[in-house]
Amino acid sequence: MRLDWNWEFTLAILPELARALRITVAATLVGAALALAFGLALALLRRSPIRGLGAGTGWVVEFVRNTPLLIQIYFLFYVLPRFGLSMTPFVTGVLALGVHYSAYTSEVYRAGIDSVPRGQWEAAAALNLPRARTFFRVILPQALPPVVPALGNYVVAMFKDTPLLSTITVMELLFTAKNLGAETFRYLEPFTLVGLLFLVVSLAAAGGIRMLERRMPAYGA
Amino acid sequence: MSEGAAVPLVRIRHLHKRFGAIEVLRGIDLDVPEGQVVSIIGPSGSGKSTLLRVLMTLERPDEGSVDIAGDALYPAAQNGHGRAGEAQARRVRRHIGMVFQQFNLFPHMTALQNVMEAPVHVLGLSGHEARQQASAYLARVGLGDKLQAYPRELSGGQKQRVAIARALAMRPRLMLFDEITSALDPELVGGILDLLGDLTTERGMTMLIVTHEMSFARSSSDRVLFFDRGLIVEDAEPAVMFTAPRHDRTREFLRSVLNP
Repeated sequence: MRLDWNWEFTLAILPELARALRITVAATLVGAALALAFGLALALLRRSPIRGLGAGTGWVVEFVRNTPLLIQIYFLFYVLPRFGLSMTPFVTGVLALGVHYSAYTSEVYRAGIDSVPRGQWEAAAALNLPRARTFFRVILPQALPPVVPALGNYVVAMFKDTPLLSTITVMELLFTAKNLGAETFRYLEPFTLVGLLFLVVSLAAAGGIRMLERRMPAYGA
Repeated sequence: MSEGAAVPLVRIRHLHKRFGAIEVLRGIDLDVPEGQVVSIIGPSGSGKSTLLRVLMTLERPDEGSVDIAGDALYPAAQNGHGRAGEAQARRVRRHIGMVFQQFNLFPHMTALQNVMEAPVHVLGLSGHEARQQASAYLARVGLGDKLQAYPRELSGGQKQRVAIARALAMRPRLMLFDEITSALDPELVGGILDLLGDLTTERGMTMLIVTHEMSFARSSSDRVLFFDRGLIVEDAEPAVMFTAPRHDRTREFLRSVLNP
């Protein structure tokens, strides 16, 4: 068995794969924005003093975390339209990624919030600061810096999960590579390139996260 | 009520607080008239700090009542729970300030921002007013040149000065000092006690001071309470407390801390 790598073919498919990479990255960025926002909302709801709301949110988080992302994607794509809720494949995919990963980010936020010393809550209470002010201006700025790496790692993990969106016809990298292969019967170059693109972007993102981590303020008491 | 016997600023009745099986406060009754400076002494675990924390609503009492200037801090009807109880507690709590053993400064804010935060967002002062006022309070505690310093750049004593300025900036009628020198290096204790002593003379602020500094309690307070095992065992003027205590337990405690 020998590898017959075709450079001409490789160059020819690069532009199309670059377009697909843009869609993959766009899905990751929008999905990450949703996951970070929903996750914070879930973390907040989980702390709610309203009876049942905190526990209920906990169940939702467990449910989302313990069911496969692919099934969630299928559910949103194939089942919701039966209830009259149709979205484009891209919107469906991004929403699924955002919701799925929000279950993880909410736990990260929770760990960050729990790591803020109790004395900070007490000082805010002694000054009579309103709840929202206490949370967003006193607690959260101290809770976030230590968990930035963990949040970043989930964004990279989400990036690597975007090929699942190929199953609902989002024209991301894997979907495009499969199409190219089907048209030309050449699979070696498209899949190799897709793998390399994932590797390069993931490594770059991990480096970016490490840089961000170093720039985070470290608060000693 | 006889003439001149105004409502005390602090009125505590039958106060109990349990942590699990341990009863930390076992029935505290206490009236503190406005303007009085009260030092609270006693062995560790006797409930001194817990009393202050209940007054600041950081701990909820299991039984009993606390009135601040005639207003219930723990309204019985709501038992302190729910929206109405919360609103009432917030309103009453506005009269109370607290300085903690561990300072509890906001580490991501400068000294100035620490002191300005609550006047702007609780009292509704403009940024300009709050800045003026905060600068003045920081100057008052000897940190006029540290307005832009972050807590991590300050010594323990300086942090505690910022915390005192932060509490003063809310102009509380009742100030609670919870062992504010206990976390400091020995050479920094004197400066903070001097500042605290000045505050007791220059303002009409009512103060409850939990302290292990006996000479301070003796020289700077109007009244000293001796706590033991969740009860006020002795309540006397400093001269009496430190020279002629009535109770054996007080004598024992004072002997152990004064002649170690």
